[in-house]
Amino acid sequence: MQEKILAVLEQREGQLKKVSYEVLSLANRLSKQLACECEGVILGDEISNITELNKYLSGRIVHFKNSQLNIYSPSAYSKIISNYINENQFTVIVFPNTALGIDLAPRIAIKTNSAIATDCIKVDLIDDNLVFTKPVYAGKSLINFKINSERKVFTIRPNIFKAEINEAANSSIEVREVSDLDLSTKVTSYKKSEGKLDVAEADIIVSGGRGMKGPENFHLIEELAEALGAAVGASRAVVDAGWRPHREQVGQTGKTVSPTLYIACGISGAIQHLAGMSSSKYIVAINKDKDAPIFNIADYGIAGDVFEIIPALTQEIKKIKS
Amino acid sequence: MKIAVCVSHVPDTATKIKISQDRKAIDQTGVTFIINPYDEFAIEEALKTKEKLGGDSSTCSITVGDDSAKETIRKALAIGIDEAVLLKTDKNPDSINIAKALAEEIKSLDSKIVFFGKQSVDYDSGIVGQLTAELLGYNCISVVVDLKIEGNKVIAEREIEGGREVVESELPIVITTQKGLNEPRYPTLKGIMAAKKKNITEKEIHFEQTSIEIIEMNLPPSKQPGRIVGTDVSAVPELVRLLREEAKVI
Repeated sequence: MQEKILAVLEQREGQLKKVSYEVLSLANRLSKQLACECEGVILGDEISNITELNKYLSGRIVHFKNSQLNIYSPSAYSKIISNYINENQFTVIVFPNTALGIDLAPRIAIKTNSAIATDCIKVDLIDDNLVFTKPVYAGKSLINFKINSERKVFTIRPNIFKAEINEAANSSIEVREVSDLDLSTKVTSYKKSEGKLDVAEADIIVSGGRGMKGPENFHLIEELAEALGAAVGASRAVVDAGWRPHREQVGQTGKTVSPTLYIACGISGAIQHLAGMSSSKYIVAINKDKDAPIFNIADYGIAGDVFEIIPALTQEIKKIKS
Repeated sequence: MKIAVCVSHVPDTATKIKISQDRKAIDQTGVTFIINPYDEFAIEEALKTKEKLGGDSSTCSITVGDDSAKETIRKALAIGIDEAVLLKTDKNPDSINIAKALAEEIKSLDSKIVFFGKQSVDYDSGIVGQLTAELLGYNCISVVVDLKIEGNKVIAEREIEGGREVVESELPIVITTQKGLNEPRYPTLKGIMAAKKKNITEKEIHFEQTSIEIIEMNLPPSKQPGRIVGTDVSAVPELVRLLREEAKVI
């Protein structure tokens, strides 16, 4: 059967999300491997940097436009996208594994009679079959699998797949005004959290654990994060103790993250924590206890006092950045 | 009204994973199973909703699994759930098959408010609640950290990257719960005794062929321990040099 690929792209408040380029690049690569057509779809109002998408794809990008689509509505989004899939007979549909993607993809899977898999970190064409890899048990193991269904929906973890500018890209953006939206479930407002950056989206994360001794010492973590342009993370122990909010929790029952650099401060490395961050590209551990399990997976470690080392590290980073 | 809560039976998060001999699943030998941690928030919210609605409202848990899941179901009953359904299978169904079985049971219970944990900590798919809602034609709000149900109206806050979305919808609804929504209560001794007398309805279920075909389960590539750069502040410049020149990450 002739495949046809659709990349579902995401914007927030009129700005394309970085993961959209990753989704589009993967879709473009798969369309070459499968020698098939590929399109992108995005919903929103005005999207300021939308023409950036043209660099990544050979194919059409359809922008369904309505001022009310600027913010997410599960009911409206799922209807528009699934109608588009059904009308144009897409067979492979790629979403980002973001808060929006993971909410939307399963609704669309049912509406389009597709099988679905989420949070894929690898997709390859092997013997004419798409073979997917996904972490399970919070990353303590991985499964390789096939999706045996004419139509496949899957989501990809952000920060894993490369956004590759395609020299031969010649896509065009086609705007389609839509009306009569189904707003039976809709977002009415957005509350930004106080922290600057979210651990799920950050390139660098500085995390603190029980070794920080108390919530009053987390300013050290925040200052280092600030110097690095990083997000603040936390271990489950300090979240359960009420020192830090749950949105910062990294690990099983928190967020699974794969940043470029993860700096663990005063974190011993419980199995649940390691599961959530061990796929980070580089890991730095700062901990007094040289036998802490975190050192088993760290690329670089300092087995010393966090209260001396973190401020010194912050100073050193500021020095090189200035 | 019956408030439904879907509960999974999963390996304890402290479990060290070993792969089974056929390399398609985990080796369950010696593994302790628990209530899926996110389902504890779903159970608590179901109980709170029942308390608020009062009258003849009651709570019913639904679990897909084999006989061993009864242990987890008893825990849910001990926490305060009124009755339970076990949809029995020895197979390892995929998310859509699980959702189909749950949707059918929810329909027969005629529940208009359904709670799920936002994901099970085994396969970590995070979609069964949304799939079930879609199959039922119910509204759905996922990853909820704050919830108000007034009559038919539902206002929830869901966690997203860097903040929260306030979402409005109506009954019938599926809510998937995230840590932070509530403080789950523990079973009391009285609850544990009462649970022994509560009813678990068992139903055999049969699945169509699963669409997800597992080729192989593997452990992640093990990371080589790196180096300890030093034991005090004198190591900081060297650490920064390594991050800049060797790792090239800052």
